[in-house]
Order: sequence, then structure tokens, then C-alpha cells
Amino acid sequence: MSSPNPHITVALIGNPNSGKSTLFNSLTGLNQKTGNYAGVTVDKHYGSFKFKGIDYKITDLPGTYSLYPKSIDEQVACKAILSEKNPVDVVVIVADSSNLKRHLLLATQVIDLKKACVLVLNMIDEADKNNITIYQNELEKLMDVPVVAVDSRNKRGITELKEAIIKAKVSDSIFYDFEKQAQLLPESNSYKKVIESQFHENKSGLKEFELADNIHRFSKINYIIAKCLKQPVQIDKSVTQKLDAFFTHKIFGFAFFFLILFIIFQFIFFVAEWPMTLIEEGFAQLMNFTSNLLPKGQLNDLIVNGILAGLSGIVIFVPQIALLFLFIAILEDTGYMARASFILDKIMRRFGLNGKSVIPMVSSVACAVPSIMSTRTITNWKDRIITILVTPLISCSARLPVYTLLISIMFSGKQSMGFFNYQGMVLMSMYLLGFAAALLAAFVLKHLLKTNEKSYFIMELPVYRKPQLQTVSILVLSKVKVFLFDAGKIILAISIVLWFLTSHTPSYNFENVEKGYQIAIASAPNDSLKQNLEAQLQSEKLEASYAGILGKKMEPVIHPLGFDWKIGIALITSFAAREVFVGTMATIYSSGDGENTETLREKLMAEKNYKTREPAYSNAVCWSLLIFYVFAMQCMSTLATTYRETKHWKWPAIQLVFMTGLAYLSSLIIYQVLS
Amino acid sequence: MRTLDTLIQGQMATIIDFTDDFLSLKFIEMGCLPGEKIRLANIAPLGDPIAIEVSGYLLSLRKQEAATIVVKLIPENTIESCVIS
Repeated sequence: MSSPNPHITVALIGNPNSGKSTLFNSLTGLNQKTGNYAGVTVDKHYGSFKFKGIDYKITDLPGTYSLYPKSIDEQVACKAILSEKNPVDVVVIVADSSNLKRHLLLATQVIDLKKACVLVLNMIDEADKNNITIYQNELEKLMDVPVVAVDSRNKRGITELKEAIIKAKVSDSIFYDFEKQAQLLPESNSYKKVIESQFHENKSGLKEFELADNIHRFSKINYIIAKCLKQPVQIDKSVTQKLDAFFTHKIFGFAFFFLILFIIFQFIFFVAEWPMTLIEEGFAQLMNFTSNLLPKGQLNDLIVNGILAGLSGIVIFVPQIALLFLFIAILEDTGYMARASFILDKIMRRFGLNGKSVIPMVSSVACAVPSIMSTRTITNWKDRIITILVTPLISCSARLPVYTLLISIMFSGKQSMGFFNYQGMVLMSMYLLGFAAALLAAFVLKHLLKTNEKSYFIMELPVYRKPQLQTVSILVLSKVKVFLFDAGKIILAISIVLWFLTSHTPSYNFENVEKGYQIAIASAPNDSLKQNLEAQLQSEKLEASYAGILGKKMEPVIHPLGFDWKIGIALITSFAAREVFVGTMATIYSSGDGENTETLREKLMAEKNYKTREPAYSNAVCWSLLIFYVFAMQCMSTLATTYRETKHWKWPAIQLVFMTGLAYLSSLIIYQVLS
Repeated sequence: MRTLDTLIQGQMATIIDFTDDFLSLKFIEMGCLPGEKIRLANIAPLGDPIAIEVSGYLLSLRKQEAATIVVKLIPENTIESCVIS
């Protein structure tokens, strides 16, 4: 196609597992972006390349098996190719060379739309390895579009493909069953009209036509295959068979899966800690530097404690996201993920989940944010939404400091009973409680959620392949970018709101209080007194702030759970991240910055309820608070990520209400029973 | 009437018909056409789902889905001459 248009738009279409994304990466390199299709949660991958002075804008459409969509992804691909608003100039049909028969179905459908096309015989190396010979010229003649053999993993045939895109043409061949169309859908007088009519109304005759049309196509494809393909009598599948025998084995299969889980867990829980500490320290230094650089005052406070602190809270997630996606990309790229799904499906389906829900759920022991992002691998919409909704119930690493503090208060001074250690047992039961709640919630949601999408588990088990550095690294990079820029915006906004709530007070005379403290601090005879006064000032400041007022206003609501206004403030600030609970309590009880929890623990244990004069942190209160932290949705980053991944505020709202409701009820029962 | 879910590992069969309208559309676009030869390649360790070899690749499906595919068993002694392509 020679066009004076300086921009030529190209769309890649193909079955899942056709190597489409690898081809897309080879064409664009890093000149690619990830966006969203309007109204749906499907990621849009687009990029550009320049060839012979012409700019090409290229979109990698979601994988689809045919133009009769059966899932949201497939619908997006189908609509994109028909779009009149963003018309596609050239369609590149990507087919797996060693699986040509099935892949030609979509190819013949796309050709029938009468768009300029190129057919790519992708993964030609795999076909060569299996001694499959494709007579390219013959195929080109029968399909009547340029045909190019490409090995996108080793970047062979990429230039030839670019040449072919210039020569793309509208085929004169017709593959669709026009007799059936005339009979069943007379008003849709072209194949394009038939395909378009699927999106308008529930047309009668469409299903019958689809069935007849695809069978008709396969009879033509069989003829093409017979003419253009020479393959050995029996393709050697022994490698796949041997690997499958291991990966889906009764014992080794599960053992290997748990080993993988264990490794992922180690990485996102322990290895990620190292870069996370670096990020934290880096930001602390930057905040310190900025705070000293700028003149003291409101703006300084906003930039340092509002914006920089918020940014630090966003960037801190990057190591965990990058590591989790590194593993997921490798598992997907090698073909193992489909096997994991295969062996786990029977267990997970009972809970309305999917075999692919296991990795996100286990990863959320570290953090729910990367886990929710990783649910993209679940293609079934309902399974995916359920996984997203229940994942935050699993105890994440941010809850650990809260658990540790509370458990140490409950069991301080108590001797461990021989082999068993109470504290460890309680800690473990909190984790188990989270898991049980997640599974139970999934089971309930399975019956509550209604969907138009039919649920099935008809899935290709791809051949095993070596993971590719480029594919893996581009995926990791794009996930990190999506998190930083999409979810990051929301997290930053909430951080600034939280900063305002904790640092501002409606009371006018607080300035005088602060001045009084400052004079006292300046004239304090020694450092320890200075520190004490400073801590007291911070404590009073927090109490007088909007958050402090909110905490007090909340007291009647949380009183039945055994919580006072001080806990109320900590519940509000926990929204930044649950572990902030400890820091806030430390500020309220003016026991330093929360680094040293020993003094905080002592202060909490000595605390008396200001009404009853009973110990404020009785076992009943601690249990109630502990249970509250297991269930409650108190994490703005999780809510922001859920929004990003579902593209609808409905889902984070449901998460917030059902988890916090569950937490409130459970804590209420626990406290009322124990006190 | 024999359905796909009743095959044992390694057995081969020919697809005859489908009993579920929606699933039949899905199966056909996955290359499972009437007349196509298949082989039960693998059964998940917990007995479900199963994997079949069809049209040169592996397809996994749940047993309840396999129960909607009517098949005709290919007797063992004729397997030698059968090719799944």
C-alpha cells in the first residue's frame, strides 16, 4: 500500500499464544506505551516505528480466537479492527506456523473484512524444528495477501515484515459462507456487516451463522493446508509430554508449584526489603534536605510532609511490583502458568476462583498492590474481580508491625508453654484467619456476582519455551509505569489530604500553645528534656488537628469495639499504610518516632481508660483491635490499585464497605464477648 | 452415546457432535470439529480438568465441558494408522 499519509496505522491481531506480543516488542522496541481502552479494563499496547521515511503507529490488540468474541478481551480486539473513529490502515495477522490450521481461522475472517492485510507466519523456528514445511508462495496465492515468515524471538524476518506492510493489500479471496449469510442474515450483505451486527442487538440467526460459517471456513482451510503444508506423519511432542508428566504430576507437580510460590514469597518479602529500605532512606534524606533548603512555613511542610512523603509512599512499592512481575512474566512466557492453572483448577473453582488466582493470593502476604495488578493473567472477568476483591483480606506485611505490637502487649510477662509460644501461635492464627476470610468471601461472591460472560475453562496449553529477556523486561517496566502514573496519582492525592488532616487545626489559639512549647524547648537545660517537650508538642498538635477531632468524633462509633479516640486517630492515619498505626500511637503517646516500640509498649500498658480507670489496653481491646486490622480495608494504595485495575469506583467502594463492615462486626463481637 | 469425559488417558476418539450450543461454538473455533481426531493426553492430578491433543496442539478443558462432546472411540489396534493433524 503506498499512501501519501505520513502516519500509517497498523494493528496486530492474532490468537493468544501466537507470539504476537514478542513480535510487537521486536517492531517497536521501547517505543511503546500502555493505556486503556475506554470503558473496559483491557490494557491497550501501542507504539511506533519508522521505516523508509514513513511513520507507523502500531497497536497490539488483545489476543482473540475469532471475530465472534466470547470474552471482553476478544470484543475489544474485534471492535478495534472495525473502528471507524480510529480506522486501521493495515492489519497484520499473526499466526503460529506450527499450529497453522487453527490460526488460519481468524486469518480468513480478518481477510473477509476487506481490509489491507499481511499474514505473518510467526515462530517459524518452531515449525522448522518440527520439520514442518510451508509453501509460502502457494499460501500467498490462496490467501491473496503478502505472507512473511518471522522468527520474532530471534528478530529474523522483521525487515521483511516491514516491507510487506508497505505492500499490504485487500484480498480478492472470499472465505465466508455467503450462501448461509444470504439465507440467515439477508440484510447484512457483507461479512463486515455480519460481524458489526453482533454489537448492535441480539440478532437471531447469528449463532447458526457462526456455526455454519466456521465449519465452512475449516473445510476451506483443510484444502489450503493440504496444498501449502508438508508435515511429518507424527510431530515429535516428547519434550512437552515429558515436561507435562513432571509439572502435572500428583506429587512433583504440586511440590514444584509450592517451590515456585516459596521462591516468589522469599523475593517479594525479604529480597525486596533491601531496595525498599534504600528508597525509604533516600526519601528521608531528600525530605531533610528540602526541609532545610526551603524557608520554614506552610509551603515547606506541604512539599516535605505532604508531597515528598506521599511520593515516597508510592515509589516504595516499585521493588515488590517489579519482582512479582519478573516471576509472573517468566512463568507466563515459558508456558508454565497454564500448567499451574491446570493442576489447581479443581480446588480453586469451588471458591469461585481460578487456578491463576493462587499466585496473586499468596503474593498478597507481602502486599496486595502488586497482587491485584497481577490478576491481569486471569482472563475470566468474574474470577478476576473475585480475586481482586478478596486478596486484601490476606494479611500483608504492613499489618505485621501492628500485630507484633498488640501481641506483645497481650502476652508480655507470660511464659511460653514449653514447645509452644503463645505469641507465635496468635500471629500465625491471624494469617490463617486472613486466608480463611478470603476464601470464604470468594465463595460468597461466587454466588452474588452476576456476569454476562459465560464461564468456562477451555484453554490452550502452549508448548514450553525459553523465557525471553526482552518480553520479560518490557512487561516489568510497563507494570511499574502503570502503577506509578495511574495508581500513583490517586495515592498522592490521598496522601496530601491525610497530611492536611494531621497537620492542620481549626483552633486559632493553637499557635500560642506551639509558641509556648517552642520557648520552653529553647530554654530547656538538657537534650532529653528538649526531646520530651518536642514529643509532647507533637502529641498535642496531633490531638488538636482535624484528624484528632475526627478521632474524637468517631469515638461513639468505635466505642462498642473498645477503641478510644486515640485509636480513632491511628485508624485514620493507617489509611496511608497500616504500619503507620504504630508511628501514630507513638506520636500520641509522645514516645518518640515509633522506631523504639519498647517504650511505646510500656506506655500503652500503663495507659488507663480515662472513663473507667481500667487498663486501656486490656486483652479484650487488643483482640478487638487485632481482628479489626485483619479484616478492615485501611489501605489507600490498595483502593487506588483496585480502581486502576477495574476502571470503576464501584469495586474499591465495595471492597471498603464489605471489609470494614466485616471488621467492625467481628471486633464488636470479640470485644463484647471478652469484656 | 460416549462423551469425551469418559475416555482414559491415551485413548483416541473422533468427535461426532456437541450437546451444548454455546460451548460448541467455542470448541469449533478452537479446532475441535466434528470428524476431527483427538487423543486424551493428560488428566490433572485431582482428576479434573483434562487435556486433549487436537489439531496438533494441547487443549485443556473441565470434565463437565468435555461431557458436552460426543465422541466415537477409535479401537486401539487401528491407532497406528491414525494421525492427529
